[in-house]
Amino acid sequence: MRRFIVRRLFQLIPLLIGVSLLSFFVMHLAPGDPTALFTDPNIDPVELARIRANWGLDKPIIVQYFYWLGNVLRGNFGTSYMTGQPVIKEVLARLPNTLLLMISSYILTLLITIPLGVISAVKKGSWFDNLVTFLSFAGMAMPSFWLGLMLMLLFAVRLDWLPAVGMYDPLLRDPSILMRVLDVAKHMILPLVTMTVLSLAGITRYQRAAMLEVLNQDFVRTARAKGLPERVVIFKHALRNALIPIVTILGLSLPGLFGGAFIIETIFAWPGMGRLGVMAIFQRNYPLIMGIVVFSAVLIMLGNLFADIGYALVDPRIRYEKK
Amino acid sequence: MRKNKLAVFGLLMLVFFVLVAIFAPVIAPYDPDEIIEDETLPPSWKHLFGTDDLGRDIFSRAVFGARISLTVGIVAVTIAILIGTLMGATAGYFGGLVGAFIMRFVDVMLSFPSIFLILAIQAMLTPNIYNVMIVIGLTSWMGVARLVRGEYLKIRELQYVEAARAIGCSNSRIIFRHMLPNAQAPIIVAATLGMAGAILTESALSFLGMGVQPPMPSWGNMLMDAQAYMRDAPWMAIIPGLLILITVLSLYFVGEGLREALSPRG
Repeated sequence: MRRFIVRRLFQLIPLLIGVSLLSFFVMHLAPGDPTALFTDPNIDPVELARIRANWGLDKPIIVQYFYWLGNVLRGNFGTSYMTGQPVIKEVLARLPNTLLLMISSYILTLLITIPLGVISAVKKGSWFDNLVTFLSFAGMAMPSFWLGLMLMLLFAVRLDWLPAVGMYDPLLRDPSILMRVLDVAKHMILPLVTMTVLSLAGITRYQRAAMLEVLNQDFVRTARAKGLPERVVIFKHALRNALIPIVTILGLSLPGLFGGAFIIETIFAWPGMGRLGVMAIFQRNYPLIMGIVVFSAVLIMLGNLFADIGYALVDPRIRYEKK
Repeated sequence: MRKNKLAVFGLLMLVFFVLVAIFAPVIAPYDPDEIIEDETLPPSWKHLFGTDDLGRDIFSRAVFGARISLTVGIVAVTIAILIGTLMGATAGYFGGLVGAFIMRFVDVMLSFPSIFLILAIQAMLTPNIYNVMIVIGLTSWMGVARLVRGEYLKIRELQYVEAARAIGCSNSRIIFRHMLPNAQAPIIVAATLGMAGAILTESALSFLGMGVQPPMPSWGNMLMDAQAYMRDAPWMAIIPGLLILITVLSLYFVGEGLREALSPRG
């Protein structure tokens, strides 16, 4: 197992180089110049050349890339054009907020999707199953930002139960930790629900399919034939096997969840990495965009790796190494 | 049977939307870009979906928006299918170093949160409807490539491929004339679901202001305008979203129906 993990970690290196190379070229081959956004259009050309040289923009792209890569290997992702802060600092400041949202959404998704998928499969063809199937499709077909807007419209604008945007109440005077946690929790509900619905739909379909497949297997028939109560058959024999593919799908759904975070955080003004990324794009803040691309790619790849490891841990039939 | 009903329902809805898109100038009662009325009037018989923040008729804009959104979906998915099929067929048929290289490239592309990549490219280009179609197409072919490669790996071992090779057919003839027709079922399903995805992506891009540019109406950029008027004109936000939802849902139903109809396992 350890050799498998080490080998997989090494395989991430070329993948990461590919990701960074591709995004670097896409950004730098495009017409337009980031200096245009920050400088007076009538700037003295000598001064402009000095700024460009200062940002390394006067060198060929491939040189710029290796320069960037060299710095990254030394832990330096450059500085943000807008704030002058180190990129790594800006990203790390926002990352916990994104992870808070994503991990809570994962947990909520699992808590809802497993019972829904299982009941749906066990009662295949019932009104409950039809309803779940229909709602799953509707959930997949809904633009995430529109769902967010609708929830905001209902719960923040009409009913005024929940705050529409942000993460903290700036007017909150009570400094106690409990109040602050409750404040964040209140702000988190709408983005969390939006994000969860987004991933819930697809995973429920998957869980239902996995459960149906297991229910058709011989060992389930054997368990029934030897007279075990249905409850034991479903929860002890079938469910444990139907959970295995869910481990994989959780890993595979990471890129989608990240993509969702970019938009959902933007609508709800949630101060996370996704919103930072969208802002960086609008500002053509190259170093910040590159930093966020690399960070999300690393997280996505690690997610896939954990999914593979988890897969091996829960399913004894899977061995990544030759004996 | 239940699935079939949903698929038929989806197909009818799609035909309806396509007809609306084609006959948009006949159906729309007003010029979609013209300011004809007071701002933010609620839905009424005169203005079925109300008017927007500038006083334009939302029904007319939605009708023309169908044109834009469906066109973007169709063109983007065509690009994605062409690239994906070419890449997947090459990787699956030849295998070896070429195949490995292509599939690693697919891995790289899949390691991005795609919406971020699309946004970044859009920000660099001038955002307009043509760039939207091209960029969505260029960033959504990877699933098709994996699928087609899998099909070709299976088909390549079959005897008729060996026979074609034995009578001296060229590689490209075998790939496109002999093998492609036998791999087309999953490609058709992927195209239907891919179009749904492309429409969703377009709406998200336009919503963020990086897609179809106003005054050209698309369902996504109508929602962008709506965001600032949630309190006073919620219909501006509700209607375009519902249209996206119905269209994408219909595509999913048709896609699932096709999958069931075309898959040999039933």
